Amino acid sequence: MNESYTVSVYSENNIGLLNRISAIFLKRHINIESLTVSECEIENVSRFVIVADMDEDQVRKIVGQIEKQIEVIKAYYHTDEETIYQETALFKIKSSLLFDERQIQNIIKQSNANIVTVAREFFVIEKTGRRHETDALYDELAPFGIMQFVRSGRIAVSKTEMNISALLKEFQNA
Amino acid sequence: METLKERLVETATTAKMKVSGAEAVIRCLLEEGADLIYGYPGGAIMPVYDELYKFRDKLHHVLTRHEQGAAHAAQGYARATGKVGVAIATSGPGATNLITGIADAQIDSTPMVCITGQVARHLLGTDAFQETDIIGISTPVTKWSYQVTRASEIPTALAKAFYIARSGRPGPVLIDITKNAQFEEFDFSYKKCTAIRSYKPKPEINPARIEEAAALINSAKKPFIIFGQGIILGKAETELKALIEKSGIPSASTVLGLSALPTEHPLHTGMVGMHGNYAPNLLTNECDVLIALGMRFDDRVTGDLSTYAKQARVVHFEIDPAEIDKNVKTDVAVLGDVRETLEHLLPLINDNKHEAWHREFKDKQAIEYDKVIKNDLFPEKEKLTMGEVIEKINKRTGGDAIVVSDVGQHQMIACRYAKFNRTKSNITSGGLGTMGYALPAAIGAKMGAPKREVVAIIGDGGYQMTIQELGTIFQTRVPVKIVVLNNDFLGMVRQWQQLFFDKRYASTELINPDFITIAKGYHIPARRVTKREELDEAVNEMIASEEAYFLEVCVEKEDNVFPMVPSGASVSDCRLE
Repeated sequence: MNESYTVSVYSENNIGLLNRISAIFLKRHINIESLTVSECEIENVSRFVIVADMDEDQVRKIVGQIEKQIEVIKAYYHTDEETIYQETALFKIKSSLLFDERQIQNIIKQSNANIVTVAREFFVIEKTGRRHETDALYDELAPFGIMQFVRSGRIAVSKTEMNISALLKEFQNA
Repeated sequence: METLKERLVETATTAKMKVSGAEAVIRCLLEEGADLIYGYPGGAIMPVYDELYKFRDKLHHVLTRHEQGAAHAAQGYARATGKVGVAIATSGPGATNLITGIADAQIDSTPMVCITGQVARHLLGTDAFQETDIIGISTPVTKWSYQVTRASEIPTALAKAFYIARSGRPGPVLIDITKNAQFEEFDFSYKKCTAIRSYKPKPEINPARIEEAAALINSAKKPFIIFGQGIILGKAETELKALIEKSGIPSASTVLGLSALPTEHPLHTGMVGMHGNYAPNLLTNECDVLIALGMRFDDRVTGDLSTYAKQARVVHFEIDPAEIDKNVKTDVAVLGDVRETLEHLLPLINDNKHEAWHREFKDKQAIEYDKVIKNDLFPEKEKLTMGEVIEKINKRTGGDAIVVSDVGQHQMIACRYAKFNRTKSNITSGGLGTMGYALPAAIGAKMGAPKREVVAIIGDGGYQMTIQELGTIFQTRVPVKIVVLNNDFLGMVRQWQQLFFDKRYASTELINPDFITIAKGYHIPARRVTKREELDEAVNEMIASEEAYFLEVCVEKEDNVFPMVPSGASVSDCRLE
């Protein structure tokens, strides 16, 4: 049965690897729901956080194929329950609404969103949370008119330890 | 690249000197022991060719007639020698023409380094003349690929390329070098790559798994071994033979595993798979312990997975962890280099004979002989069969030849009937099934193993896909023997059309040219055989020839290859007719 899996990939920070990793999903016709890549806690090591819907057999095989890539140090997969995850959404809204629609201020307050910037024409709200929280805020703001909306990919850390530093040390000593 | 902290070992000739990137390429190839490379020049790789001219006494370059030919020749060289094959091409169309060979090498785990020229760094991404994103194109079909844009990166990139291509589960690597990098000068020094932080070529051996495997094998009443090319790539032929002889376990090969064990070995029961032998296919579904050695349970081997070896406990010896449970669920996975794991396993294995179990193979083999083999090898009908041609070649070469086959009916017949006494003797396109493979691969194989007889067995369809490589044979005078089994059909497709598409022979009949005239145009001695009584003499003449020789044998037009496990059917449904 399909469910949402977070695939975490620790890799060397090299050009072209994103192509290799995304091709593994493409080849198996699995749609990537979200993908975030950044430097991780170790210098020169990148971390991919990839979210996709599939079954466990598929995710296990995908992780196996990802680990085969020369520059991949280690790949893991986790269910939503096994991770702490967040995403960030930005909403651009007409500034006039801030004064004309008092409700908007309540919505912002109740949703624990932050106002990032206020300009003459528009203001920008940032909301970090789980997908259903950003979705809920979207639904509340939509009737007033959203000028622009963007959502980041998921970022996640596992509840269990992923001891990459130790693993790297082991590699270097091998 | 800069971020990778490879452990690098200084080689003897690493004194710094100022050289161009192009010269560095040649020096790197020499450092890696390359003496023979295949390729085709063009604008973006010209600086390297210019240096090749300078180094022509040390590094022999073979000009093929098409870059695909260069890639397949490099594969043939690699498969015959166990060394890394090298192919070189220019940017754009030169590079894309290599792709079929690269994809073939990837799926068949052939160690190969391809070097392509690329437009200058400042032109990248501008759709410049003969620019293609070859890294993007080759990514899914290479073990690793890298674009070099500065001359100083060349030694590290090529050192890594060779290390990656040959280590662990081997495969093709592509290094794309921009033209400016070929011209730039830098202080050259070379360090062989022996480790890459993120890359573990061989998984660590777990002794507990080997003990579990041994216990399972020792307890089996009907154990059965299927070995693949991993045995050849891992140089584990001796260990395989020792295991089989000690345990008395009947064994079968995959297409690419052929020649790892001499064909005539009494415990060799033949080949598994779609056109494999009847007994090993059927008995896969009757064994109690299935031992897979360096093979990957390809769908052409397993047929319908839901019925494949369901009764058996499965032990899988494999170097690539991603292959474990990919297609067939295993009970015991023994990760590691197969030679090392078999070495550990051997002392734990009990002596055994399994005589009754062997008889089951013999009985089924007798059925196959009666219904198929006899008619293929010793036909009574008027028209020649492909099988009798292979049989004649066996007789004449004594099973010592390297047989390079193309793809189709003749390939399956060659794999079924060619006799192999020595390892690395069966060279064919297994995983990708690339028509056009054999002629250039035979060139590479013969150059890699010049003392051995190399016979290419090709169909009339595949022959015409790379027929221009006759020019390479003519120019290099490489004495390969070419046999075209001509049935004026794309035979295997026609067979499927007959069996599964109501004999609707859509675009499978070939109106062929005069192959003899073509061969003669390339000054290659040639002969056509249409009658049985001419065959013996023609094969003798071909093998006796000290130069290249072309033999066309006109065979039965509508013969089929049996046994056959229809696509998606169970191996138990192996059809004999």
